[in-house]
Amino acid sequence: MVQQTLAGSRIRERRVMAGLRQAELAKQVGISGSYLNLIEHNRRRIGGKLLNDIAQALNVEPSLLSEGAEAALLSALREAAAVTDAVAPELERGDEFAGRFPGWAGLIADQHKRLRSLEHTAATLTDRLTHDPHLATSVHEMLTMVTAIRSTAGILADTKEIEPEWRNRFHRNLNEDSQRLAEGAEQLVAYLDDAGDASAGMTLPLEEVEAMLEVHKFRFDSLVNATPDELSAFIGNQAQLTSDAARDMAMTVVRQLRADARLLSLDMLERQVSDGVVEPARIASDYGVPLSTVLRRLAAVSDDMLPMPLGLVMCDASGTLMLRKPVEGFAIPRFSGACPKWPLFQALSRPMQALRQTVTMTGREAKRFDCYAVSEPIGTIQLNVAPLYHSYMLIVPLEEAGDTEAEVGSSCRVCPLEDCEGRREPSLLADVG
Amino acid sequence: MGKNVLVIEDEPNIIEAISFILSRDGWSVATHSNGHDAVGVVQNAMPDLVILDVMLPGKTGYDILRELRSEDATQGLPVLMLTAKGQVKDREMAERAGASRFMTKPFSNAEVLDAVRELVTG
Repeated sequence: MVQQTLAGSRIRERRVMAGLRQAELAKQVGISGSYLNLIEHNRRRIGGKLLNDIAQALNVEPSLLSEGAEAALLSALREAAAVTDAVAPELERGDEFAGRFPGWAGLIADQHKRLRSLEHTAATLTDRLTHDPHLATSVHEMLTMVTAIRSTAGILADTKEIEPEWRNRFHRNLNEDSQRLAEGAEQLVAYLDDAGDASAGMTLPLEEVEAMLEVHKFRFDSLVNATPDELSAFIGNQAQLTSDAARDMAMTVVRQLRADARLLSLDMLERQVSDGVVEPARIASDYGVPLSTVLRRLAAVSDDMLPMPLGLVMCDASGTLMLRKPVEGFAIPRFSGACPKWPLFQALSRPMQALRQTVTMTGREAKRFDCYAVSEPIGTIQLNVAPLYHSYMLIVPLEEAGDTEAEVGSSCRVCPLEDCEGRREPSLLADVG
Repeated sequence: MGKNVLVIEDEPNIIEAISFILSRDGWSVATHSNGHDAVGVVQNAMPDLVILDVMLPGKTGYDILRELRSEDATQGLPVLMLTAKGQVKDREMAERAGASRFMTKPFSNAEVLDAVRELVTG
């Protein structure tokens, strides 16, 4: 079996292709040749700024070098395999397939994503016909007019002898009903035109928002002093956001991340993480800011400020994932329900309590992560009104082997854990061991 | 005098058209256009058949039908339901409420006449 291509191997491959000596590349990115040698032999993990610098020196996208891209591809392939029982893909050879045929594997992942988006669009349109009261009323009124016209026209056409008084009355009714039908049709078209943007999109609004966040690496420090008009213009100019729904959602997220940046500046965070140690609770305590702010902010700045990028995931009280910043080795499902053992969900049952748990993500690499989670109320607290909560989880990759408090998965369909009390459905991986 | 049909429908031009075609076919037609007091109107008139729209002001056709089916006097009364919704669940709702027949708008005059004849005499 072909081993999964590692970041170090890819760097070596790209360096050789570029005709660069190891020492030359090392010098360009400001590290020693021996350290680059360790990286290229996959004996030192790499991410963040150094990965970006090497990618820049090799003139390639960082994602081409990172393992994360491959892990994400494998995760997407497993998701694609999980939705069908009609065929049986060789799951145990997924990494071999992705390694040997990355283009075809990417195509499958992309087709799967598009298929799910289309399913979502179809479901949205069906829901809309069923639940949109304005649409339902408009359609009902139009059908009523059509019924009246059809019945009246039928009388006039089929009745051989009809009194002039009745004929005149039916002609008048036809005229009235046809006018009402025309007005109703115009109003319905105008309504669908206004709202059509939200339903016509072939991608999920959340996916568009995630694409935009990825481009900006979750960082909006430059907007800290932006006026509302400047902020609207910024959102309006984001090419990834093609629908009003996506722009509305993006505005909410950007406002949140901008508010976080106001509370925790880069200088403040740099002082706290200068030793590479991440202690969210200490930062929250030192600066008197909500823990959720610290979790979001750390995830946002980690790509540039920390040795390894940190992941972030957020859900509402229903458990629906609403924000995802993936991190290598911690697969976050795109569509299906996530693992209920994540501290993210435990936090929902213990609002305002900060949780920290070391978990191992099931899978061949069995990587360990420190997860920090908290759920905090949203909106304004009101008397005798139960608050709603959003839960956040920061995902910190751990380098060294060690104890773990829980084994968690991505989603049940691609999780091999047996005898899991949280299991919702059988695993596809059960047969492959 | 032919048999009696009560049409409960809030769209006046549909009422007029249905009344005309049924009258021409020999039926005696009464009409009513709101859901509030529709059950009482049916109980007073005790027609041979009710044509009942689903979307009525004041009370839905489903609720009216359920009330009629809960009373001994109207339990077996033939009721032809009219609705602009033709989805399976709407048909199921009509059946659960006790509709004798379910007809989706827009319908033809011939379909209404055939249904009325079948329900009363068939």
